[in-house]
Amino acid sequence: MQWETVIGLEVHVQLATRSKIFSGASTAFGAEPNTQACAVDLGLPGVLPVLNEAAVAMAVKFGLAIHAEIPEVSVFDRKNYFYPDLPKGYQTSQMYQPIVGAGVVEITLEDGTTKPIRVHHAHLEEDAGKSLHELFSSGKGHGMTGIDLNRAGTPLLEIVSEPDMRSAKEAAAYLKAIHSIVTYLGISDGNMAEGSMRCDVNVSVRPKGQEAFGTRAEIKNVNSFRFVERAIAFEVERQIELLEDGGKVVQETRLFDPERDETRSMRTKEEANDYRYFPCPDLLPVVLDKAYIDHLRDNLPELPAEKRARFENELGLSAYDASVLSATREMADYFDEVREVCGDAKQAANWVQGELAGALNRENLAIKDSPVSARQLGELVARVLDDTINGKAAKQVFQALWNGQGASADDIIEAQGLKQVTDTGAIEAMIDQVIADSPAQVAQYRDAEPDKRGKMIGYFVGQVMKASRGTANPQQVNELLKQKLDALC
Amino acid sequence: MHDKTLAELTRSLDAGDFSSRELTQHLLGRIDRLDGELNSFITVTHEQALAAADAADAARAAGKAGTLTGLPLALKDIFCTQDVKTTAGSRMLDSFIAPYDATVVEKLKAAGTVSLGKTNMDEFAMGSSNENSHYGPVKNPWDFTAVPGGSSGGSAAAVAAGLVPAAIGTDTGGSIRQPAAFCGITGLKPTYGRVSRYGMIAYASSLDQAGPMARSAEDCALLLNAMAGHDLRDSTCVQRGVPDYTEELGTALSGLKIGLPSEYFGDGLDPQVEAAVREAIKVFESLGASVREVSLPHTHYAIPAYYVIAPAEASSNLSRYDGVRFGHRCANPVDLIDLYKRSRAEGFGDEVKRRILIGTHTLSEGFFDAYYKKAQQVRRLIRQDFLDAFEEVDVLMGPASPTPAFDLGANKDPVQMYLQDIYTIAINLAGIPGMSVPAGFVGKRPVGLQILGSHFTESRLLNVAHQFQLATDWHRQRPALAEENA
Repeated sequence: MQWETVIGLEVHVQLATRSKIFSGASTAFGAEPNTQACAVDLGLPGVLPVLNEAAVAMAVKFGLAIHAEIPEVSVFDRKNYFYPDLPKGYQTSQMYQPIVGAGVVEITLEDGTTKPIRVHHAHLEEDAGKSLHELFSSGKGHGMTGIDLNRAGTPLLEIVSEPDMRSAKEAAAYLKAIHSIVTYLGISDGNMAEGSMRCDVNVSVRPKGQEAFGTRAEIKNVNSFRFVERAIAFEVERQIELLEDGGKVVQETRLFDPERDETRSMRTKEEANDYRYFPCPDLLPVVLDKAYIDHLRDNLPELPAEKRARFENELGLSAYDASVLSATREMADYFDEVREVCGDAKQAANWVQGELAGALNRENLAIKDSPVSARQLGELVARVLDDTINGKAAKQVFQALWNGQGASADDIIEAQGLKQVTDTGAIEAMIDQVIADSPAQVAQYRDAEPDKRGKMIGYFVGQVMKASRGTANPQQVNELLKQKLDALC
Repeated sequence: MHDKTLAELTRSLDAGDFSSRELTQHLLGRIDRLDGELNSFITVTHEQALAAADAADAARAAGKAGTLTGLPLALKDIFCTQDVKTTAGSRMLDSFIAPYDATVVEKLKAAGTVSLGKTNMDEFAMGSSNENSHYGPVKNPWDFTAVPGGSSGGSAAAVAAGLVPAAIGTDTGGSIRQPAAFCGITGLKPTYGRVSRYGMIAYASSLDQAGPMARSAEDCALLLNAMAGHDLRDSTCVQRGVPDYTEELGTALSGLKIGLPSEYFGDGLDPQVEAAVREAIKVFESLGASVREVSLPHTHYAIPAYYVIAPAEASSNLSRYDGVRFGHRCANPVDLIDLYKRSRAEGFGDEVKRRILIGTHTLSEGFFDAYYKKAQQVRRLIRQDFLDAFEEVDVLMGPASPTPAFDLGANKDPVQMYLQDIYTIAINLAGIPGMSVPAGFVGKRPVGLQILGSHFTESRLLNVAHQFQLATDWHRQRPALAEENA
C-alpha cells in the first residue's frame, strides 16, 4: 500500500527580550544555576507577574510577518500541572485567545518550488526551568535531581502549524522558514544548540488518497533541523510497519532520542494531564489598538521572501544566488552592503559566495564573525571594477584584509604596490625587454603555424606579468604582445 | 492609651504626652499579658517594633513626623514581611520567611508606622470564624466563647481588645467586614485594584483586596491614604490618583440617598441584628439622608458563584506549595509523587484541602463550562445589579452578617459556614468597596452595619461612616477583658 505522511509542527521560539516575560530577571544564557531567577520566577508566596511589553511586540511582529490576523484582545491562561521545574505549579500560557491568529508561511523546497503552510495560531507563554539529573548521577547526592530556574519565565512564542506538511523534507523546510523569519525580525537569536528553537512534531500516516487523518503521535524534544527529519523518518516507518502488521497507532506522546535515533513512548492519551486551563486572574487581557499594530507593521524589516524576490527581480541575480544570499538576515545584510559600496550586484554576489564563503568555510566562521567587513569587501570589489587592480591582485588584497594587514583595500594596494599598470608605454617597455630576453621562444613562435601561436603567447604573458609583479593589466599585455610578436613574423 | 484612635494617638504623640516607644511598650505588655488566651497574634515582633518606635520618635523630634509616624499596628499574617515569618495561618508556611516586603508593608513602613507583629487568620484566608488556623482559633474579645469572625479574625480581635489601635486585613468574601462586625470595630474593603496585592499571599486573585481595620472611619481613611495607589508590580492595581481620604470627612449627609437591598433583609437574618441595623438607618435619616428599598436580584447566586470562582483560583494559586522550594516538606519522601502527596497532605488543613478539591474539580475537562464559565457569567450579572442600584442611590446599607458572632465550634457544617457570608460575598464579586461599622449589640456581641458604594467611592463611604460615628458611640465601646481587671 502507498502511504502518505501528515505532519504538523509546534515550534517554540525563545524571544530575545532582555528580561523575562513576567519579571525583571535577565534572560542571558549560560549563567550559574539559579542566579537569574528572582522572587517572581521562583514563584514565592505573594509575588505577581507583570507582562513584558517587548515580548508582546515581538509576537505581533511575527504575526504580521506571516500575514496573520492580530486579534484586538488576547488573554493569558494558566496551564496547571505539577513538576519540580515549574515553580508555580502552572505555566502561564494562552489557550483560548492567543496573540496571533491564523497565518501562512511559505516554504521553499529543494527543487526551488514553494508551498504555503498554514499556521493555526501563535501564542505567548513562559518557559519552565530545567531539571538537572546528570549532575547528581554519581557520588554524593546520587539519585537526586537539581533544579535550575534561570530559564523559568523566559518568553516563548509557540507557533502551531496546521497539518499541512507531507514529508520530513517539508517539515525541515518549514522549520528553516520559521528560523529565517524570526532571525530576520530579530525577535530570536534562533540558536538551536542553546534551545532558542525547540519543536514538537505531530506525525500520522494514512493510505494515499484517503481523506481522514490517521491517529497521530506527538514527538517531543526535537531540537535541530536534522533531528526533525530523522525523528519523522523513524516515526513514519514505525507507524507504517505497525499498520501493515495489522496493528493500530495509539495517540500518545513520544520522546525522540537522537543518540539511538528512535522515538519512545512517554505517555498515552489516557495518561495525559488535564491541565485545567483558566484565565490568569493576575494578568489583564492584552488589548492592542490599531495604531500600535500599524506602527509595528510600518517598521517591519524586509523579510526573506521579499528579499529573495528583490534580489532576483531588481538586481538580476539568478534564482539560486537570490535564495542563497537571502537565507539569513546576516548574509543578506552583508551582501546588500557589499553591493551598495561596489555598485555591482553580480560581482558582489560572486565575491560573497566565492572568496568570502570559501574563507568562512575553511575557518568555520559565521558571516557575522567575518574578519573582512562588508564595507572592506565592497571597496575591494570596486577597485576591481574600476581597473585599479586586476583579479589576481584582488585575491591577494582579500587575503591581506582577512589577515588584518590593512584597514582598507586601498591601503593594502598602496602598501603592496598592487596598483594595476595600464600605462601602454610602461607595458611596451616590459614587453620589449621580455622579447629581447627570449630569442629562442620568439624563434619558436615565428616558426609555428599561425593557429598554434595563440597558445604560445601564454609564455610571454607570464613573463611580462612576472616582470610587473602581477600589476600589469593582463588584457593590455595580451593585446600588445600579440601586435609586437606578429610584427616580428 | 490603648483605647485611643490613631487620630487621638497622633495628637498625644505630638503633644508629648507619651512617646511612640512608651506606647509600643505599653501595647507589647498588653499583648504579652492578654494574648495568651485571646490568640490574636501568630508572631509578635518586640525588638523590631521598639526599633521602629525609636526611629519614629527621632523623626518626630526632628520635625519630620507624618500623620502615621510612630503609630503601632498589626499585619494579618498573609502579608509577606522581610525577616519576619509569614505563615498565612498554615502549617505549610510555618517556617517561611519571605525575602521581601509586600507593597502594603513597604508603604506602611515608609509612613512611619510601627508593626507589633503578625495576626492570626484562617488558613490561607479560607474561613469565616478563624477556626481554620494552624495556630488555633482566636477568641472574640467581647465574649470568649464566641468566634471573632474570619478570615482576618486575629486583626479584628487585636484591635477590639486594645492590643493595637489598628490592623491590616484582607477581604476575599467578607474577611475584613465580617470580623470587624463580630468584634465591634470599623473595617474597609476597598475597591478591587485600589490597593496593591503584591506580597499578599493569594487566596483568590480576582477577589482578594487588602484594607484597614481600626476603631473609627477616620482611622481607616488615614490608613487607606498610606496603603492605596498604583504598583508597577501588580498589573491589576489601577493607575488612578489617590485622593486624601480624610478630605470628605465632615461633609454633611443631607440629601444622601441610601438604598436598602430587600434581599439583605430576608429569611435567615437574626431579628435582633435587623433591629440594630434599622436603628442605625434611622440615625442616617435624622442626619438628612433619604432611604428607599432597592433590589439586587441575583444576590442568591452570589455564594454558589463565589464557591466556584474562589476555589478555582485557589486550587491554582496553592499549587506552588509542593514541598520543592519552600514551605513544609514531608520527611523521607520515596519519590516525587510521594513528596507532593505527603507534603501537601501534612501541610494543608481540611478547609484548604476542601477548596483545592472543589477548584480542581470545577476546572476539570468537561466541567469547566458548566461551573467556571457559568459562574463568571453570574458574576457579571451580580456586578450589574450593583451598577443598576447605584444609578438610583448613593450608598447601600444592610447587615454585615446575618447573625452576631456565633459560638466557637458551632458551625461544623462547611456549607452552613459558607452561608455566613451571604451579605459580604457579592461585594467582592462586583469589585466594589464596602465597610462595616459598629451599630449596636445583641447581648454582649456586637452588630456591624455594612455600607456599600460604587467603584472608587471610598471617600464617600468613609464620610458616611464618619458622620454616623459622630452621631453615635457604638465604635467607642470596649470589651471588659477579665485578665485586664485581674
